[in-house]
Amino acid sequence: MLKTRIIPCLDVKDGRVVKGVRFEGLRDAGDPVEAAKAYDAAGADELCFLDITASREARGTLLDVVSRTAEACFMPLTVGGGVRAVEDVRALLLAGADKVAINTAAVKDPDLVARAAEKFGAQCIVVAIDAKRVSAPGEAARWEIFTHGGRDPTGIDAIAFARLVAGKGAGELLVTSMDRDGTRSGYDLALTRAISDAVSVPVIASGGVGGLDDLVAGVAEGGASAVLAASIFHFGQASIAEAKAHMAAAGLSMRLDALAEPRP
Amino acid sequence: MTGQSVAIIDYGSGNLHSAVKAFERAAREAGLDGTRIVLTANPETVASADRIVLPGVGAYADCRAGLDAVPGMVEAMTGAVKRDGRPFLGICVGMQLLATRGLEYAETSGLDWIPGDVGPIRPSDPALKVPHMGWNTLRGIRPHALFEGIPTGETGLHAYFVHSFALTPARADDTVMVAEYGGRVTAAVARENVAGTQFHPEKSQRLGLALLANFLRWRP
Repeated sequence: MLKTRIIPCLDVKDGRVVKGVRFEGLRDAGDPVEAAKAYDAAGADELCFLDITASREARGTLLDVVSRTAEACFMPLTVGGGVRAVEDVRALLLAGADKVAINTAAVKDPDLVARAAEKFGAQCIVVAIDAKRVSAPGEAARWEIFTHGGRDPTGIDAIAFARLVAGKGAGELLVTSMDRDGTRSGYDLALTRAISDAVSVPVIASGGVGGLDDLVAGVAEGGASAVLAASIFHFGQASIAEAKAHMAAAGLSMRLDALAEPRP
Repeated sequence: MTGQSVAIIDYGSGNLHSAVKAFERAAREAGLDGTRIVLTANPETVASADRIVLPGVGAYADCRAGLDAVPGMVEAMTGAVKRDGRPFLGICVGMQLLATRGLEYAETSGLDWIPGDVGPIRPSDPALKVPHMGWNTLRGIRPHALFEGIPTGETGLHAYFVHSFALTPARADDTVMVAEYGGRVTAAVARENVAGTQFHPEKSQRLGLALLANFLRWRP
């Protein structure tokens, strides 16, 4: 049976993890490769790097981080942030990313998704959707796509956009609620559910995890195939093992391989 | 088995560093010292290798075109595998290329080493998402050396899948492992010295490293 995935997400800036990862025994909390190795050993199902480097010039630093991570970790790696063209997708895949997330560029030019999927296969193209609820309380729920970290409205309906990019060949959608991101008040489950019901590709829930029950709800109520979280894992509030045990106890199918026996 | 060489064929199909690193680690952990893992686009290197690996990521037709674009590569593979009987492993689309034909977008000829078609996955439960993406367990159809010592079944280890198309072999006994995803999805095939996995051993942590080690020891 296919299992629900837990995906820790690391924000990377200029080749360093933003805010650091507080794990026991980590020599360098700011090194993305060290953090990736720790999550690999902890049994994470996938890993996500989100590059928030402002300058294009620092792009080589990210590629180096991706390359060193792929050599050290035998787990799937998704990389996003600053992907603007098919060439950016190619560079990340060649460096060792398994999947590449496209965000703003897909909003500006949805056909970029089609061009990338035709070239590299739909299975490695993730579209990252940042959405905010724009309906008034009492109205039917409506969400709009926002870019640039939730600052810039686009007027584009999030559900329609999800359908559009899935049709263009996105193999997976990473759905982040900009209302919930950083609030620790749980995923926007209505948003996750609305998009999951609208498309036939897997959806990753993101934005707002405050505790392990939020992960369960993302799947059970939101209909997500995978749950993404950052701070609860990075700052040691919960381990991957605790999260998996909690989700399994709630009746979800989890991969417990790495927890059952020591790695070879 | 010291001094053996393993050729991983590089025909522009995505990143292969993690495959190389996974094979190197599997060789080290299996005590197969002196195993040389070579990433190569050179048909002569493939022709003289002791074991051959064909990875593959992307669309079927694109991968086939990429393989054909390397002059002499298909001939070198065919000579080493079909004439000389060297162990061969295809991974993901590299496994699908073993089929007679692929039906992704357009009909494309495969190598026809494992007769059958590659068609879209159609889970019986419409709630199941495609691509089939993530960690799934395996169910054994018949024993095979590549899976020796690897716990399979619902309580067994997991393999990492990411695909929308799958190979259905024409001969039932070419199927070694399946995954359940709203029906049977072919997970591993084998016939004589030719084997393939739909999942990615290089991304499948413990199961993957164990399978790669078994491949390095395999004497078909």
